[in-house]
This record gives sequence, structure tokens and C-alpha cells, in this order.
Amino acid sequence: MNAIRRRFQPEQIRELVLIGLIIGILLFFGAQIDNYFSPRTFTRISTSVAVIAVVAVGQTLVILTRNIDLSVGSIVGFTAYVVGTLLSINNDIPPVAVVLMAIAMGAVMGSINGLLVAYGRVPAIIVTLGTLALFRTVLVEISGANSVLTNELPRWLVNLPPVNVFTIGSLDIRLLFFMAVVVVIVFQLVVSYLPWGRRLYAIGSNPDAARVAGFPAQRIIFTAFVLSGALAGLGGFMFLARFGNITVVAGQGIELQSVAAAVVGGVNINGGLGSPFGAFLGAILIDVLDNSLIRWLAISEFWRDALLGLLILLAVATDTVIMNRLRKVWSRHELQVSSDGEAPAAKGGAGYAA
Amino acid sequence: MRPDWSIFRRWEGLLLILLFLVVGYNALNTPGYLTIGNWVNLFQLSIEKIIVALIMTFIIINAEIDLSVASVMGFSACMMGYLFAGGAPMEWAIAGGLLAGFVAGLFNSFWIGIVGLPSLVVTLAGLIGYRGLAYVLLEDRSIGRFPDWFDRLGQQPLIGPFPLALIVFFVLLIFAIIVLQYSGFGRYVYVIGNSKDVARYSGVRVRRTKMILFVASSTIAALAGILYAARLGAVRGDMALGFELDIITMVLLGGVSIFGGAGSLWGVLLSVLIILNLRNGMGLANFSGHVQTGVIGVLLILSVLAPNLAVVVQTSLKRRRARTLEAAAAD
Repeated sequence: MNAIRRRFQPEQIRELVLIGLIIGILLFFGAQIDNYFSPRTFTRISTSVAVIAVVAVGQTLVILTRNIDLSVGSIVGFTAYVVGTLLSINNDIPPVAVVLMAIAMGAVMGSINGLLVAYGRVPAIIVTLGTLALFRTVLVEISGANSVLTNELPRWLVNLPPVNVFTIGSLDIRLLFFMAVVVVIVFQLVVSYLPWGRRLYAIGSNPDAARVAGFPAQRIIFTAFVLSGALAGLGGFMFLARFGNITVVAGQGIELQSVAAAVVGGVNINGGLGSPFGAFLGAILIDVLDNSLIRWLAISEFWRDALLGLLILLAVATDTVIMNRLRKVWSRHELQVSSDGEAPAAKGGAGYAA
Repeated sequence: MRPDWSIFRRWEGLLLILLFLVVGYNALNTPGYLTIGNWVNLFQLSIEKIIVALIMTFIIINAEIDLSVASVMGFSACMMGYLFAGGAPMEWAIAGGLLAGFVAGLFNSFWIGIVGLPSLVVTLAGLIGYRGLAYVLLEDRSIGRFPDWFDRLGQQPLIGPFPLALIVFFVLLIFAIIVLQYSGFGRYVYVIGNSKDVARYSGVRVRRTKMILFVASSTIAALAGILYAARLGAVRGDMALGFELDIITMVLLGGVSIFGGAGSLWGVLLSVLIILNLRNGMGLANFSGHVQTGVIGVLLILSVLAPNLAVVVQTSLKRRRARTLEAAAAD
């Protein structure tokens, strides 16, 4: 127990449990469904998890500051549609410019949210509920209810989803999934090591203390919303690449899916706790369940949303009940160490080994 | 001598002016706008949302939120349809639908009140889960051909020009105003919304109050779902999809604070009237449903932003005045 305590934080244990849970679910369905452990299953799940994982990372940044971004679904739909339309008009826009355009478009929309929340002091749930409707309205208006069609898109985009970055054994790592993994790693490092990332936690766990400590809270919250929008923009590009056909209702419901992924992944809805990696695991767990239930013949596929709801509840309940207890064990231990009398400094950290 | 603006600082005052403007504009441009028939029609088109907005007001004043109401509406209506299609008499099917809503409410309030999870998460799970159960019951079927009397209740006037749903709304409205504005329970709802800890230390039964509210919320949502089914004459798994956002917008636009503790049913009633008339006016002026939703979204943000900006402007004016006075004193 002491060895565990020394090596891991409670949050890391939670992530390990999540990984164990995902493996458990995989094993269960592997026993139930014929031909489950095939490269195709991996490809299917990894492609569909990519979009939601990218958006969920942005959502995590915002939730860490004790806010919420409900507008991401509309941002995904908006960028997917507008970028798709521009591409079908002009097939020669270079790919890098396309991706940057999608990210920039999302960032602009995110900055509207950020301005209103951080500087206008309007609660995030009100702002993003409003912009959820507003962005969708603008999209419907400029589209004239036309759709983006796959055969009007440039070939490189249509051929993007099956592109492999590399192959491990017989598992193909698709480009879209690889992009998502890169995003997760980058932002995991940002929130772990950059001052800006650490301050997200400080603001979320105690806004008043963060203000008194002199953090530029408004600017940090603003940036979090801009990044959430930018990632949703990137998600929009990936959505376009994955589906090709984009209607004006594209991306509807992603706002709740991303919140669900973050919450299942251990991001506390009241801010200050959680990580992009956790949200990524949450997205994977939901998607594995989603994709497996469709193929499981024992129950109707219509059960999947009902089970997903229950899963979210259980994830959060274990969080509140078990994690609180774990944290108590940890902090009691730390208290003991410090009351042992300068143990770490005097005995060169021997106090921890006790 | 500065004029007294305090009436405008009250949210209800602003809403009232806005309402007069919208209704006045519509009445001038559309003959027959102010007839009872038109107003009954106006209400009838979103009566289910309005009914749920009443209980949502309680919940938000109590500093909680219930995102699952629309899914509970769908779930209860589907339960009714499922029982009816399975051969149950209509009365029992309706009772089954209401019971489904009641049980959903118990389930929500167990996680919120007893386990102590945030209501945003619990009802988000409910939003996904109850919708899922609705699909489990009906899959992708649609169930209709209810008895004539049931369809008639939803579609025809019952007393005078008023259909059943509207009468239910008025009864619930009066009941809700009495409970929230004039009863001890209503005061508790406000006190808990202001500060849960203060309420607990003062001996208010916080947990019980919250649990009652969430059970009531789902039960009323079930009732609204069944009324909706009666109006449509059929039920499907995706019934009332996305209604929760409209309902919450109605409440927040009515000046109820998302942080709890402040707001009134009068404000919500005014905001409902504004939204109905605004949508109707925009519909008459040929704006699409999406534009109407967008305008209401902007209105929602402005409703909170405007008072905040007013405070900023006021303080900066005060500061400038103080500086001028200082400068004058220094001269």
C-alpha cells in the first residue's frame, strides 16, 4: 500500500482503473462476439473516437476552470460545413491551409464565448447555451439548407480517413486517430507542466484564492475558451474528413458527448480536477461500449444510450465516493510525513519509505 | 435632478416593456392578433415546454438544474404508448406513463440527494439514459391510433376555447405561485438556493427539499409528455428531443439566476409571453424557425450581459465624477 501511495497520485489510480475497465469490457465482448479482436474493430473504434477525443480535450480545459462549453457541437458543425463548402468551390486549397482555417474559425467562435464569459461576466452555461443556438442559426442561414457532398470534395480529403501513419502488428494507426493522440499528449503536457496549465487547476479549484493570488484569471479563462473553440474547429475538419457528406445539422449532440467523455474520464464538473488524458480514456470507454453493443446480439442495440447514462452515473459516483476516501488516505499520509518532523529533508526522503 | 430608473433596474420591469413592444408591433401589423383564439393558439403550440418551465423555475432557484426533463417527457410518453400497444386500457397506460416519470424522478433524486452528486451530471446522464429507455421501449416504431377521447383532449377545446393542456397550465401556475411565492416550502427553495450551508445550519431540510423538487420535476415532465402525445396523436422515441434547452432558456430569460436564490415566477411568465410573441411575430414576418431560435439565444446572453455592462458603466462614471471632484478640489 505504501509503495502504491508513494508512486501514484489518486488521479493516476483512477486513470489506471479506467484502463482496467476498458480492458475488462474488451475481454467481455471478445468472449461474446465472434471475430471481435480483429484489426477492423480497432480501426472502427479508433476512427470514431478521434473526433470526440479532440473536442473532449478542449472541453476538459474549460471544465477545469469551473466553466462549461455547450457550443462545441455547433462549432464542429459550422467549421465542417464552411470548410467543406469552400473546398467544394475551390479544390486547390492546400491541406495545411485547410486545417489552419478550420482551427482559426473555431478559435474565433471560441473567443466570442471567452469574451462573454471572462470579460462580460456572464455564466458559461448561459453564454454557450446561447451560442449553441446562435452558431447553428448562422450556419443554417448561410447554407440555404444545402449540403456538402463527398463527390465535390478534393480527392486528398476523401482519401484521408484510410491513411495509415504506421502499423503496429496488424493494427493500423490511422492519421485521424494519430492526430487525436498528438492533441491529447500535447495538452496533457501543457496542463501538467506549463504555468498556464497549472493555473487552470488553481482557478477551477478555488476562484477566489486564484484571484487573490494575482492570477490573470480572466485572461486564462478566455484562452481556455479560445482553445476549446480551436479544438472544436479541428474536430470539425476531422468530422468533414470522416463523413464527407455534411448537412446543416452536422455535429449536433457533440456538446453533450464531449462533456460525457470528460466526466466519465474523471474531470470534475466543478473544476480543478481531471486531465486531458482522462477525458481521452473516457471517450474511448464510451466509444468501445457504443461500437460493441451494436454488434452484441444478446440485447437490442437500442440499449446503448440507456447503458451510457448509467455508466456516466457510476463513473461519477465512484469518483465522489471512492476518490474522496482515497484522497483522504493520501493527505493523512502526507500529514504524517510532515509531522514526523522534517523527515524528508533530514533523512534524505527516508520518511516516505516508512 | 436625476430621473428615477429603479423600476427598469428590476428585471420584470424591463421584460414588461419588451413584452409591450413585441405585442404592440404584432398587433399593429396583424389584424385579429389580440383575439382569444389567437392567444390560445400561441400557447397551445409550446404548452408542454411552458408547463415544464414552471417546475424548472423552482429547480434553478434552488441552484440546481434538470437537463433530463425532455428525455423524461419522451420516456413517459413512450411508456404510455408501449403499454397501450401491449393491450392495456388507455387509462392504465396513462397511469403507467406518469409512474415512469415518477420513478425517473426518484432515481434522479437518489443520486442527487442521497449520493450527493452534482445535478448537472446526474441529469446529463438522465438526458442520455431516459432517451435511451424510450428507444428501448419503442425502438424505431411509432405508436398511434389512441382512443378518440384521448386525441380529443389534446386537440380540441375542453372548456370554452381552452384545451386541457392550457387548463392544466393555469392550475399549475396558480399552485406554483402560491407554493413558491407564499409558502414556507417556497422560502426554503430560495434559502437553499442562496446558500446550502446557511440553510442546513438553520435547520432547513436541504436534502428532502431537493429530492421533492426533482421528483416533482420528472412527474410534471411526464404529464407534459403525455399531453404532448395527445396533441400529436402518436408517440415516437425521439419525441420532445432537445426541449430542455428551450425550457431552460425560458426560465433564465425570466431573470432567474443560474446561481440560484433569485428570480420569480412572474418573471418567467413574462419571459414565456415574450418568447411566444417574438416567435409568432418573427414567424409572421417570414423568419425561419432557426433564426427565431438564434434571436432567442442572443436575447438570453444579452439578458445577463446588459445588467453587468450597466454596472461597469456606472462604476466608471462614478470614478470619473470622483476624479473631477478631486481635480476641482485641488484647484
